Amino acid sequence: MFKLLEIKDVSRNFAGFTALDKVSLAIAAGEFFTLLGPSGCGKTTLLRLIAGFDQPDGGDILLDGKSIIATPPERRPLHTIFQNYALFPHMTVADNVAFPLRMVGCNKAEIERRVSAALKDVSLPDKAGHYPDALSGGQKQRIAIARALVNRPRLLLLDEPLSALDAKLREQMQLELIKLQKEIGITFVYVTHDQGEALALSHRIAVMNHGAIAQVDEPSRLYGFPRSRFVADFIGHCNLLAGKVMQLQGDRVLVELAGLGAVQVMMPPDVTVEVGSACTLTLRPEKINISSSLSQDEVQAHFKGVVHDMLYLGDVTVYKVELVNGMLVEALLANSSPGRARFFEVGDQVEVAWLSDAGHLVMD
Amino acid sequence: MNNKNRLLIFTALAVYGFLYLPLLIVVVYSFNDSKLNAEWVGFSLKWYDKLFHNNEILSAAGNSLIIAGISALVATVLGTLAGMAMYQYRLKVLPGLVLAPIAMPDILMGVSLLLFFIMLNMSLGLISIILAHITFCIGFVALSVQARMSGIDRSLTEAARDLGANPWQCFRMITLPLLAPGILAGALMAFTLSIDDFVVTFFVAGVGSSTLPLQIYSMVKIAVTPEVNAISTLLMLLTLILITLVARLSPGALRS
Ligand SMILES: Nc1ncnc2c1ncn2[C@@H]1O[C@H](COP(=O)(O)OP(=O)(O)OP(=O)(O)O)[C@@H](O)[C@H]1O
Ligand SMILES: [Mg+2]
Repeated sequence: MFKLLEIKDVSRNFAGFTALDKVSLAIAAGEFFTLLGPSGCGKTTLLRLIAGFDQPDGGDILLDGKSIIATPPERRPLHTIFQNYALFPHMTVADNVAFPLRMVGCNKAEIERRVSAALKDVSLPDKAGHYPDALSGGQKQRIAIARALVNRPRLLLLDEPLSALDAKLREQMQLELIKLQKEIGITFVYVTHDQGEALALSHRIAVMNHGAIAQVDEPSRLYGFPRSRFVADFIGHCNLLAGKVMQLQGDRVLVELAGLGAVQVMMPPDVTVEVGSACTLTLRPEKINISSSLSQDEVQAHFKGVVHDMLYLGDVTVYKVELVNGMLVEALLANSSPGRARFFEVGDQVEVAWLSDAGHLVMD
Repeated sequence: MNNKNRLLIFTALAVYGFLYLPLLIVVVYSFNDSKLNAEWVGFSLKWYDKLFHNNEILSAAGNSLIIAGISALVATVLGTLAGMAMYQYRLKVLPGLVLAPIAMPDILMGVSLLLFFIMLNMSLGLISIILAHITFCIGFVALSVQARMSGIDRSLTEAARDLGANPWQCFRMITLPLLAPGILAGALMAFTLSIDDFVVTFFVAGVGSSTLPLQIYSMVKIAVTPEVNAISTLLMLLTLILITLVARLSPGALRS
């Protein structure tokens, strides 16, 4: 992997508050990389350090293997898309897009050619003479992208660029961003607190919490193999069952779930599991099956429960089932066969079951 | 219409009358074809004609324009820098230092500046008046610029830097154009304050260099002639135009 951007032990403190705590990351050329985390976890802070608007209190940031800490923002070969687009209100769309070219002293003909090409790329060629005030949110977004890409930076930083758009437009822009990134091959570092957006867009995701990196992985691995309770809970929906490691059995682990009994779980990859230590079994709702009677096939873990609540969502129905130990687990049943929106009613006695490879173990 | 509303309108009219009637009288009598401010005789422009042949008044007006022009210009440059610094650095003492001359009684300003100039062994005249006017104008420009500055989205200047502008280019191409209405409003305000100032000017003018307000005062000491009415009317008109422009440009009235 060719490392385009490297972040080494970067820290940032604001008056005694640690916004970033020794963050290290390596981002490859051509990657769509996402920083994901709850509000206030330090995503914007990290992005501003990369852009050069702010200086770290410790650590180093390297681009192409060379430190850029001392380089002012205008000389870093990267651009930022701001959440509010930051289009210059006193310049026309064409002048906005021409701005980075003017700064490097392109000649007039060259500027004209590249600006109109850039506007065509974002399918807004007829907006050249308009002022930003006269554009819709989605159009502003595209002009901001055209402006940031017109002089082909090595790296594009995007800070929650879609959060101001409505759901439908957001989805459309997500698809456009994926396509654009693939076409031009520029590395994207994308910030969002929306885990769904991160999963949909990224090649890799760094999940952040309290100024530190919790896990860096591909979306499917992040979803399937979270390394901590926090990641499991933050990415998608997840049932978290507290337990204790009883026994190691080759590629399996025997876990005692509090108040439920022992279940067999797959040995998690890249993690040391010790007998006697506290752990959490993470179970995605779609991997839990509920039925009125148990079919013994491959089911390894099964418990009795009572339907406590249900939520009909059209394509799926979410059931909340109260287990014998008083704990609520969420199960998801697809409503794929017509007229079967309701398998169960609230108060029904059901069997809750899952396969031994359905759960994923994280150590506390 | 109920009684409460009627009372409200009456009060408003009374207040406006109190504010503007004296001014209106000055304006009306400036067109009066009589030497006395006592009764209306007929419409005439003769006092204006006389005004424009009065060398003392003309030279005082010229002085006033030069002083207001230069002190507004210098105060605008310094006040803009001060306003930007007040926004950027948020030092506690800075606003106090810049704004104190605004709050200070004019007479105190006048006396202390006079003492200061004498201490420096400076001869009093146009230069001392200009310096004095600059000191009390800076604060107004700074206030206007600072207000405008806090309305500018910080991400705009960051975006400019990010897209390749060095600090100077960023200032010239982004900050300055966005700040322009605030700067212009400040400049007009400074010009108005300078051209209207009497108290401070009175102390630091010395002998020989007169400004319009000083000239009017010295004429009034003898008698309120229709000529005084005419020059006051013109000064009022100029002030009115400038204030209207300031109101147009002030951040509240701006669309963006
Ligand atoms: N200039 C600053 N001065 C003081 N504290 C700051 C400053 N900038 C950020 N912080 C603090 O650092 C923490 C991280 O802020 P940051 O803006 O990076 O969060 P974020 O992950 O981008 O959150 P969000 O999703 O809400 O944008 C926050 O607690 C914030 O209050
Ligand atoms: Mg943020």
